[in-house]
Parts: sequence; C-alpha cells; structure tokens
Amino acid sequence: MTSQVIIQAIISGILMGLIYALIAAGLSLIFGLMEIVNFAHGDHLMLSMFSTFWFWMLFGIDPIFSIPLTIILMAFLGVFTHYFIIRKILNSTMLIQICATFGLAVTIRALAQFFFTPDFRTIKNPIIQGKFEVYGVFIGYPQLFASFVCLFAFILLYLFVTKTETGTALQATSQDRQAAEILGIPSNKMFALGWAIGLSCVAVAGSMLSNYYYVFPDVGVNFSLFAFVAVALGGFGSINGSLIAGVIIGIVESVGGLLIDPSYKLLYVFAVYLLVVILRPQGIFGRY
Amino acid sequence: MNLISKELLQAKNEPLNYFNKNSLIIIGIVVLGLFLYPFISPSKFALHLLMMIFMHAVMSQSWNVLAGFSGQISLGHAIFFGIGAYASGYFYTKFQITPWFGIIIGIAISAFIALLIGVPMLRLKGHYFAIATLLIGISFQVIFQRWPEVGASAGLYVPINRDSPWLSMQFHKNKVAYYYITLVFFIITFFLVWLLNRSKLGYRLKAIRDQSEAASSLGIHVSKYKVIAFIISAMIMAPMGSIYAQYVLIIDPNNTFSADISILVLLISVMGGVGNIWGPIIGSSILIPISEFSRIYFGGTGRSIDLIIYGILIILICIFRPSGIVSLIPRSFREREKVK
Amino acid sequence: MSNLLKVENLSRSFGGIHANSDITFDVNEGEILGVIGPNGAGKSTLFDLITGFTKSDKGQVILRDKNITNIRPDLICRLGVGRTFQKLKPFADQTLLENVIVGALVKEKNLKVARDKALEIIDFVDLIEKRHHYAKELSTGQRKRLELARALATDPKLLLMDEVTGGVDQRTIPGLVELVLKLKKNGITVVTIEHNMKIIMDISDRILALNQGKRIAFDTPKNISQNTQVIDAYLGTVDAA
Ligand SMILES: Nc1ncnc2c1ncn2[C@@H]1O[C@H](COP(=O)(O)OP(=O)(O)O)[C@@H](O)[C@H]1O
Ligand SMILES: [Mg+2]
Repeated sequence: MTSQVIIQAIISGILMGLIYALIAAGLSLIFGLMEIVNFAHGDHLMLSMFSTFWFWMLFGIDPIFSIPLTIILMAFLGVFTHYFIIRKILNSTMLIQICATFGLAVTIRALAQFFFTPDFRTIKNPIIQGKFEVYGVFIGYPQLFASFVCLFAFILLYLFVTKTETGTALQATSQDRQAAEILGIPSNKMFALGWAIGLSCVAVAGSMLSNYYYVFPDVGVNFSLFAFVAVALGGFGSINGSLIAGVIIGIVESVGGLLIDPSYKLLYVFAVYLLVVILRPQGIFGRY
Repeated sequence: MNLISKELLQAKNEPLNYFNKNSLIIIGIVVLGLFLYPFISPSKFALHLLMMIFMHAVMSQSWNVLAGFSGQISLGHAIFFGIGAYASGYFYTKFQITPWFGIIIGIAISAFIALLIGVPMLRLKGHYFAIATLLIGISFQVIFQRWPEVGASAGLYVPINRDSPWLSMQFHKNKVAYYYITLVFFIITFFLVWLLNRSKLGYRLKAIRDQSEAASSLGIHVSKYKVIAFIISAMIMAPMGSIYAQYVLIIDPNNTFSADISILVLLISVMGGVGNIWGPIIGSSILIPISEFSRIYFGGTGRSIDLIIYGILIILICIFRPSGIVSLIPRSFREREKVK
Repeated sequence: MSNLLKVENLSRSFGGIHANSDITFDVNEGEILGVIGPNGAGKSTLFDLITGFTKSDKGQVILRDKNITNIRPDLICRLGVGRTFQKLKPFADQTLLENVIVGALVKEKNLKVARDKALEIIDFVDLIEKRHHYAKELSTGQRKRLELARALATDPKLLLMDEVTGGVDQRTIPGLVELVLKLKKNGITVVTIEHNMKIIMDISDRILALNQGKRIAFDTPKNISQNTQVIDAYLGTVDAA
C-alpha cells in the first residue's frame, strides 16, 4: 500500500468529517440548550437535501445559490418544531423526549417517502463538479467546496456564539437556564433560536451534500448516527468538540475502510463511540 | 388497645395483592374468546392481524420490562428478535434441529448476548445508553448482512417441510397453528410479567427505576439487577423472532435486525403506557391494525401511510398523554381498588 | 461504652472545594449524635462518604471492627447502616407501603412477612392510614417519615438522618423529634444532621460541629453551646429558636 493511498483516505476523511462536524454542531447546540437529543436530525438533513434538489429540479437554481433559501426554510421549520412540539415536552421525562423526536423522525421520513417516493435522485450538471489531482491524490471539487462551506459556516457559528450579544445570551441559557432568565434572557426565545440555528447547520450541510450525493428519503439515517457519535465524542453540548470529533469520525471511517474492510465502515465509527463512552463517559472533550 | 393498632391489625389482614374481580372475569372471558375465535370466524386476515398484535405486544412487553421496570431505554431491541429468528432458522436449516428447541437456543443466546452487552453498558447513563443501544443494534444488522454462514444479505430460506408440521413447526395447510402458538406465548409472557411485577425482584427493579440511589441505600445491588432486567427482557423478545421466522420462512437482516423494529416496540409501549403491564397490549392493539389495514388498502405503494399516522399519533401522545392510553382507564379498574 | 462507628481523617474534595477535610469522630452504641454546621459545611458529604455514595480521597470509616471505607452503598446497608437523604428520594410512583417493603426485603425473604414488617414500621412512624397513597401524593413531612420508615425497615444498627425536620410544617416537628427519641429507646444508634438548635441541644448526647469542611468541635451539647468557634461560625448567625 502506497502512502498516496493513505493520504488519499485521510484527505477524503477530513473533507467528509467537516460535513459531519457541522451536522453534529447543530445537534450539539440543541442538546446544550435543552438537553434534548434531536433524533430527527438526520431527517432534517434529508429535507434540506430534498429542498436543494427541488430548487434545482423545479426552478433550475444551482445548489450553491439555493443555500440561503434552504437555510430560511429549515430555520422556520426549526422554530415551528420548537413551538408546536419541543416546547410542550421540555419538562417531560427523557423517554418522552426521545419518543417525541423519534415520532418526528418517523413522520418526516414517511412523508418524504409518500411525496417524493423512495427513488434515488441526483442533481445533474451542477456548477461545481469534477476533480483535480495533486501528487497522485484525487480531490473532488464538490467535496472540497462542501467542506470549505461547512468550515466557513462553522466559523460563523463560532463567532456568533462567542462574539455577538445574542450568541452570548444563547450560551448563558445553555449554561444555566434559571440564572439567564433572572438576567432577563427569555429561555423560550433562545430555545427557538437554537432550533433555527441547529437546523440551519443541517441546511448548509444538506445543500452542499446534494451536489454530489444521492438524495433519497433514508439518506439521513447514517449521517444522524455519525452525528450522535460526534456529539458524544465531543461532549454533549460542546460545539468545538463536535468539530474535532466530526473530523476524527471522517478519518476513522475512510482510513478504517481502507485498512480493514470498507463494508464495515459503520462499525469502526461505532466501535470508537463505544470505547470512548465506556472508558470516558463524559466524551473526549466533555466537561462532565 | 388504641386506635392505631386497630388500623395496623386491619392492614395486616388485607391481602398482599388486590385482585379486581371484575377485571379477572373480563380477562378470563377475553382469553376464552381468543381461544375459540378461530372456530367462530376463521378469516385469514383476522387471524393474521390478531397474531401480529400478540407478537408485537410481547415484543414491546420485552422492551417495557427493561424500561418500565429498571428505567433503561433501549433503542436496539431488535437484536434479540433477530437472534431468536436466526437461532431457530439456522439450526433447523443446517442441522435439522426442531425449531421448538431452536426457540430455547435463541433464548439462551439472547440471554448471553444481553449479559455481554449489559455489563459494559452499566457505566452509561441516559442518552449515552440509549445511543449505544441504537448503534449496537445497527452493528448486529451490519454483521449479519456480511456473514456468509447465515446467508449474508440474502438471509436464510427455511427449507419447506410438509411431512411433519409439528416437528418442523411449519403449518402450510392451515396457518391457525401459528395463531395458537403466538397466543400461548402471549398469555405465558403476560402472566410471567404479571408475576414479576408483584415479586421481590419486581419491587427491587421498580425501586431502581424510580430512584436508583435510594435503591442502593436499601441494600439493592443496582448494577446486578439492571443486568438481570436486561437479560429477562432479551429472553422475552427472542421467541417472537423464532416464531416470526417460522411464519414467514425467510430470515434476512432487514426484516429481523431492523432499527424499525427497535423503534416500533418503543412506540407501542409509549402509546400504551410505559411501566404498566397492560401498556404493550393497548399500544399494540392500536398501532398494529393501522399498519395491517393500510397494507391492505394501499398495498405496496402507500406503504408509508401507516408510518405517517404512527408518527403523528406518537407525537400527540408525547405532548398530551405522556403516561399512555392506559392512563385513560380509571385507576380502580387497573389495580388496587382500596385507595383511600 | 463501645464505639459503633469510627471515622478517621476522612477527606474529600470536589475540584477546589474541600467538602470534608480530615474529619475524625466516633459514635457510641446507643447514643444520638448531632451534626451541625452552616450550609455547605460538608455535613451531607460526610453522610455520603460513610454510606459509600461518594468515594473518599483519604481516611477510614470503621463500623465495629470492619473497615467499610469506599465499599458499595448496598453492602453498607446490609451491614446495618441506614440513611435518609436531605434531598428526598422517594420511589415516587409507588405507594408508601411499596416503598417500605423494598427496605424490608433486605432482611426478609418472604414478601408477606416483609409486608407485615413494613406495616409495623409505617405504624411506628404514624402513617398507617396513608399506606396505600402514592409517595408523590404525600406532603414533605410525610415523605420524610417515609424515608425514615424505609431505612428502618432494613433493620439498621446505625441510622443517619439528614435534616429530618428541615422544610417541614412547623407543627409536625415535635412528632418527628419524639420519633427520634423512640428510635433511641429501641436501641438504634442515631446520627442526625439538624439545623434547629433547640432540638439538637435537647436530644443529642454529643454534637459534631463542622465548618467549611473541617471539624471545629466535637463535644457535649453543653460545651458546644459555650464553644467560641462554634458560636462564631454558626450560633451567632442563626436564630437559636
Ligand atoms: N457532588 C458534588 N460536586 C461538587 N461539589 C459538591 C458535591 N457535593 C457537595 N459539594 C460541595 O461540597 C460542599 C459541602 O456540601 P454539603 O456536604 O452538601 O454541605 P451541607 O450538607 O453541610 O450543607 C459544598 O460547597 C458543595 O457545593
Ligand atoms: Mg446537606
């Protein structure tokens, strides 16, 4: 095995990992705010991909231009989800919270199958396509572009949370809801904002993925599994943690597939999760 | 003798458990009715529907024993369904071992796997536990999809045997035998869980579920009992896999180790009422007909209509009736009548 | 008089906070030992250390002649140490009777026998009419009695009570105090954390005073009330009513 092959695997892993990271960041943000795991996160990703697909299919808008439209759609969906469902189960048991977001996942996926059929779809001839070679390592333009956009979105998210007033309020609510309320930060609004941002993250990731990935109703499943792993590794609620964890997962997936057997890719990632949480239940970067 | 000791004497004379006579009679009549039903109206679809309701009631009872009695939320319970299906199917296909014994092998392997999974998982709490079970469940599916010995993705075709239906547990002429087998398992399971509920073990498990620290301050070895609950739960699930395998005669990783099954058993329990032994029956009686009827009316094309209804129902239950449909039934009918 | 419990140099910190540092004291068979100290002094942590809910950094807990430092809580219970929690932990979805039966099952193998024993103890804590009520339906004071009954059902030689009179209806306090004295009469050794100075002075044989994780006094009630350190740390700041 040449070093080129390994470098190729690592680079592909990092490119994919940045996408996992952004998906996980959305999940982690929501969890950090209200201790709810959005089990429909993968299906929200699927919706973003379909949104991008339909903008292209119906109006001929290329994925790179439909990003803002998809973000707006998904952000609204996030606010609605919070308003009509999440808000009402905030004080329920963990089981009910799990069940409600699973119910949402089942509904979204079934609706997608009903309206979009289970067919696999692709966006043909997007603006960004093709690949280039450096020292025998091939890099696809859509993949490279997708991970740049995800990284850029990640940086924006980070700056928003740490540098803006609203972002600081969001963090305050995440750390101590009661204390934040006393300071006059309405937690309900913050939660809605959290859902809007969380789903905006998948909107960006989904738009970029649909440039080169099949779009179909079950597409979100594996992505959401990886997002759970990334969030657990990074520590529930830690946005920075999910960046590093997402990249680690991307590398484990592609290098593991290269060195051992590509058909067990899922298992390598799961094995990392199990090892980490059993040995260190608070995640690699988690505080508690 | 003062008043207080009179009350104590009276309390000691109360029976340990209250039996609600009315509900006992109702249960007796319903059970009798279910046994006689095939003679009254042997419609193929009705028998199939009832059988599916029993089977899913047992499957979600298995989940309910774990969550309702010990507070652990599993998102990978299809593991034990799959093990049951593959155990009976594999040993019959390869070694002609009767599926009846295959059921027992399936139970034993499930118990062992539950022990192997359960012990390291003890350290995980809440979401970490739930997500770990989700991933382990999918791992089983991935492994079986690629394991040539058990037919990989294509799965196993149970060889048809028309000569000795009882030995091969295959009933081609009249499927009513499957109905009775499932019914008997259903009744046995519910009776055992009912006993468990009022046993010493049941008291300890419910203590762990409600407040595990308090339980350990009362001499309960929490880890040990959590693993025991996991094992019992696995052992309830496995036979349903075996029976299902004999019923459809095709076992593949997608119809046995499927995440959909893991989620379905959870949804049924929550629908009916978690931690209540009637919850799974109620949940199954509501949700299973939805999918069976939609299969009839919409055929293959509208397969996901049942899931749309499921999903919406579950969300509504979570918002408006988090303790499940069972909580709509007046308490006196459900258990002790003598609440002061 | 012989020592039932000996605690030596017990220490535990959480991050930078020294919740307990070098706590040493002993409990005589049959006595009531009062534990006092302002909020955050480390009283509950001390109970958690003795009953195995928190691991100690240093030091020993010796029950009779057996070293029970850092062993599992359920084993400590089986060795005869019962406890209640300051932050109540009832089995909320079960009845009072079912709560207490769980405790009785530690010693009794038969459910019926355990039930009868549970009923006697429920009668002892004066809640017999409430036996079929769900724990979540009981008042705070009743839930404190529930926890007491549950711990008593395990047949403890030593009972640790964390603020039994805290946060309950003032009128029920005399009843609770009477209950503690009844325990002593029945030969149970009691260590009780208590904020009410009058009660603690009345019922305790000896008092352990903690402040900021350290032992500041360990003496008879009379001497404690004259100890300047205790007065500074505690008595001075609290209305001794
Ligand atoms: N699990 C814990 N994690 C972090 N700090 C703790 C923990 N338990 C107690 N502490 C800290 O230890 C100190 C003593 O607490 P505690 O024993 O509850 O005091 P008391 O019961 O005397 O009011 C407090 O400062 C408290 O914040
Ligand atoms: Mg305290």
